[in-house]
Amino acid sequence: MPHESHPSIAGLRRRLARITGEAEPRGAVAGRLASGHAGFDAALGGGLAKGRLHEFFAADALDATSAAAFAALLALRGSEDRPLVWLRTADAGRRGGHIYAPGIAELGGDPDRLLLIEAPDPKLLLACANDAIRCAGSGAVIVESWGRWPALDLTAGRRLALGARDEGTTLLMLRLAAAPSPSVAETRWSVAAAPSRALEANAPGAPAFDLELLRRRGGAAGGRWQMEWNHDEHVFGPKVDEAALSGAVLPVAARRATLPHGAAAA
Amino acid sequence: MPLADARARVPELLVVTHDPVADAAWLDRLALGCNRYTPLVAIDAPDGLILDIAGTDHLLGGEAALIDDLEMRLSRLGMSVRIALGPTADAARALARYQTRPAPDEDQAVRRLPVAALELEAEATTALVRAGLKTIGDLASRPMANIAARFGAGAANALRRILGDAPSPLDPRIAPPPVATERRFAEPLGSSAHATRILAELVGEAMKALGERGKGGRHFRATFLRSDGLARGIEIETGHPTRDTALVMRLFAERMDGLADPLDPGFGFDMIRLAVPRLEAMGATQLKLEGGATRNAQMDELVDRMTTRLGRGRVRRLLAADTHIPEQAQLALPAIDAPPPEPWQAPEPGEPPTRPFHLFDPPQPIEVIAEVPDGPPHQFRWRRATHAVRRYEGPERIAAEWWRRRDNAGLTRDYYRVEDAQGRRFWLFRHGLYDEKPDPRWYIHGVFA
Repeated sequence: MPHESHPSIAGLRRRLARITGEAEPRGAVAGRLASGHAGFDAALGGGLAKGRLHEFFAADALDATSAAAFAALLALRGSEDRPLVWLRTADAGRRGGHIYAPGIAELGGDPDRLLLIEAPDPKLLLACANDAIRCAGSGAVIVESWGRWPALDLTAGRRLALGARDEGTTLLMLRLAAAPSPSVAETRWSVAAAPSRALEANAPGAPAFDLELLRRRGGAAGGRWQMEWNHDEHVFGPKVDEAALSGAVLPVAARRATLPHGAAAA
Repeated sequence: MPLADARARVPELLVVTHDPVADAAWLDRLALGCNRYTPLVAIDAPDGLILDIAGTDHLLGGEAALIDDLEMRLSRLGMSVRIALGPTADAARALARYQTRPAPDEDQAVRRLPVAALELEAEATTALVRAGLKTIGDLASRPMANIAARFGAGAANALRRILGDAPSPLDPRIAPPPVATERRFAEPLGSSAHATRILAELVGEAMKALGERGKGGRHFRATFLRSDGLARGIEIETGHPTRDTALVMRLFAERMDGLADPLDPGFGFDMIRLAVPRLEAMGATQLKLEGGATRNAQMDELVDRMTTRLGRGRVRRLLAADTHIPEQAQLALPAIDAPPPEPWQAPEPGEPPTRPFHLFDPPQPIEVIAEVPDGPPHQFRWRRATHAVRRYEGPERIAAEWWRRRDNAGLTRDYYRVEDAQGRRFWLFRHGLYDEKPDPRWYIHGVFA
């Protein structure tokens, strides 16, 4: 996995950008999808960059709901009142369940902002995703796919990423029951469900997520957070017993290595 | 009688100017209203309506009930009406306008009508009366050839129509035709590209016609008629009324690209027709002062494009439905004409969600081990994996809608929110109480975030 920890790689990238004519290789970001979790946001410079492609892998097929809910909540809280376009294949309802609006409403989201598009097969899903990201009116586009997706090769992924960047659309790819493969995503995450904080009488508590940053373009990967969703205030917060878990923050050395690039990009 | 005379006799006379156009418009509105009884309503100018109720009267409980309903509605509008039923349109019309004497049955009633009911010229009517032929029945007893010879073919025809011996077709009032344009070609068009260009011109013309009416189109239908007699129709729909030629052409292009068998000119198209069957009011729009169109328009266009490509049922919005049966609590309706949203149930502050993020419909059967038969699940097996329940909450008891079905309402469900060792949260239910069913089954209905 490429880390741009060395200054010479950054220099080479700048040269490459001059050759290809991209004025700013990692151009100014329109905004950030902040989670509200202080550690998470700080490590990412304020949250997930808007107008970029981000990938969410479910750690296990059973974690599909956690990955989907995390992406949806992040997009819903970060894009004012703009609509959210959710693309999935026709068999997604059978595999992972239908998106259930009362459940979204109970998480504090507004299901009326959701536009569901069902493509009959993965090939059309890709075509529809290409169209959806060119619609600047949406707050974010979520593309949910199950299993391997051969149609999404590096070229197709780059086309999606460029389209999203040009229109300023945030594209969140949900890759469920799939293994991470090389791609042009800005960040790549592995999401799993985390045990919730028990309520009275040992009842399951607020939704809890376990996130791992697998890759970050122009930054160090690694980092693991456990978060809890607070639907009253619409923020992700740390799970209270997080301090007990190790590896909750980025290693110091890795964070230092990212600094020069941050300065160069700014 | 001149107005001055009338005023001299009745000083408090109310004078209203005759306005035939307004009368006709009013009659037209009444005719439209009568479409509730039958689709075939003809206007009998200047003050009559003819309804063909053959086969539709039973929908309102028979002829008598229909007439009661019609009289009630019209009297509410302040109209005084004469209503008659007849075996033919002409007979009914004559009965309504000219009947003076009661009769035992329809046939007798027609025969007792005065000859004026034939609506011949005044001279002919006078001549008939002078000849002693005062009623239709008198006239009908004479040989038809004599009547035709003496009073003209018109009289014989009118008599035949009233008696039902000749057809009396209706000219029904139909909805004003939607905007339609067409182009015919002297030489058939051999190329699809050319046909598309012509279609763009037609769309432009239709948009102009729509603009003049202050309307926008919601539904466009292009028909390509081939010279060998085959026709191919292509339809598109938009979520909002539009007069944007470029948008409509993009949608047509989208539809044509997606056709399983492409548009084939064969020996050439000799006619292209564009109809706009569904219009909606659309005011002139203004762009925002600070520049750019409104954001909403882009989403609308996305909805239109996706609907054109994938079909109505695949581009949807979720709407709340008023029921506590979980799988019926949301409706997924086509986004292209979804009704305005209903408010959703707000979350309980400080409480975890009680409804899942993903719902299985139908619920999936699972194998459950519970410590006590009607207790919470202890362990369950779903999709070939075993989950040990670490935390649970429940049951939330959801009864079937017993007020909807009298005989067998269905089983009560006991829902449990459970969390397994890995922290995954599921929504399980036992279908049926133990006193409802001997061995109730367990199902998984959803997954929580």
